[in-house]
Amino acid sequence: MQQNDSRENVREIVVPGDLLSKSGLKAGPGTYVESGQIFAAQLGIKTTRSDVVGVVPLSGQYIPMRGDMVIGKIADMGASNWFVDINAAHQSSLHVNEVPWRVEFGETGKFMTVGDLVLLKVIGVDELGKVQISMKEHGLRKLAGGVVVEVAASKVPRVIGRNGSMIQMLKNATSCRIHVGQNGRIWVDGDLDSMLKAIDVIKLIETEAHSVGLTEKVKKRLGQMGGKGE
Amino acid sequence: MGGTPLPDGIKLIDENGKRLDGRRPDELRPLKIEAGVLKRANGSAYLEWGDNKVMAAVYGPRECHPRHMQDPTRALVQCHYNMASFSVDDRKRPGPDRRSQEISKIISEALTHVVFTEYFPKTSIDVYIEVLQANAGTRCAGLTAASVALADAGIPMRDLVASCAAGKIDDTVVLDLGKEEDNFGQADIPLGYIPRTDEIVLLQMDGDLTTDQFRTGLNMAVEACKKIYDLQRDALKRKYASPARGNDKDVGVN
Repeated sequence: MQQNDSRENVREIVVPGDLLSKSGLKAGPGTYVESGQIFAAQLGIKTTRSDVVGVVPLSGQYIPMRGDMVIGKIADMGASNWFVDINAAHQSSLHVNEVPWRVEFGETGKFMTVGDLVLLKVIGVDELGKVQISMKEHGLRKLAGGVVVEVAASKVPRVIGRNGSMIQMLKNATSCRIHVGQNGRIWVDGDLDSMLKAIDVIKLIETEAHSVGLTEKVKKRLGQMGGKGE
Repeated sequence: MGGTPLPDGIKLIDENGKRLDGRRPDELRPLKIEAGVLKRANGSAYLEWGDNKVMAAVYGPRECHPRHMQDPTRALVQCHYNMASFSVDDRKRPGPDRRSQEISKIISEALTHVVFTEYFPKTSIDVYIEVLQANAGTRCAGLTAASVALADAGIPMRDLVASCAAGKIDDTVVLDLGKEEDNFGQADIPLGYIPRTDEIVLLQMDGDLTTDQFRTGLNMAVEACKKIYDLQRDALKRKYASPARGNDKDVGVN
């Protein structure tokens, strides 16, 4: 283990209760304020952007936010809705009005059944944590074929990369179709070899998510595999 | 507790002021904590404290069952303390009993105090504490491990809770009782403590102490909790500071 020096851009791991700032900064996500001082509320990496100090969590469950694209699994059906597991604390309900088909009362099962995977969008979260989801937007659909890889929801931004650079690189290198849900579910479809390749790299990103030089490592891994495959 | 008296000729504190296992009165047993040891749990911790071996696992926040226990304003922290049947010399009859229910309750209450329960309405955060090997002080060990597991699960919390016990043996106030000291000693005070805010979240007393002895014991336990707190923080940071399990080790600063 190398000892990190005290440069400003070195990633500092904080645990709940760590003092982040005495004054002058604003409290960002993953923090709390007590008697004018900002403390970490979660295990994560301390980040300071302009005048906001926050904690990027290293672990933790998916917390639904409006506008999130998620991959859900149908868990149960009602006469006019489906119950969808989106990896959050609660199951959420997908009403027939929020799907792109016209569904008669009691005929939900004709369209989607238990176990089906769907690409969805979170359209609202109320104060009790109840989630409303929709399938009506362009590009949202039932996912047929392919496989789903699960990663920690906190690592999803690393899989996507800055402006989608990481996922684009992965798509180009493996020629797989990939959808990344904010809830940590990643759907991969393509021929078997490239699917396995993509899954391997996604797992690499998950385990190495917090390390420095992640992109280089992913490139290296992709390069190695490309060599073997041809 | 109680039962057979200590055999003749054996003293809990010898003429040099050392205890049965050679510790000084204010010395802790060796403590080792490791965070994130279970793959299926959202967060976990394994702890060895003297001869105690404790595993803690955290699941959630997840939907609270049974439904009627849901609180629409906040999450429930539900702790399940359990001693394995092989954790003690005589086989422990498995299943919940009066003692484990009590410990579950007090640990839940101690942890509820630090978790931001209001962030997760209608859910429950389940904490499972399994005592694999017991040698006195398991509730402190359990609470210490549980708070590391909670932080490892990424649950927002105000602080970590550290826990340690003090007690009285042979009319001397000592820290962190071992099994013989607990069985043949005079008093035991388990303490759950938050060093930063100087708050007590768990305090019990078993046995008799004078006010002065109680104060001495409490102060000893508080000082010990501060050391334990550092070990807890260290365990959490260690999990992420080390290069990820198995993969190449070239983590440089660039």
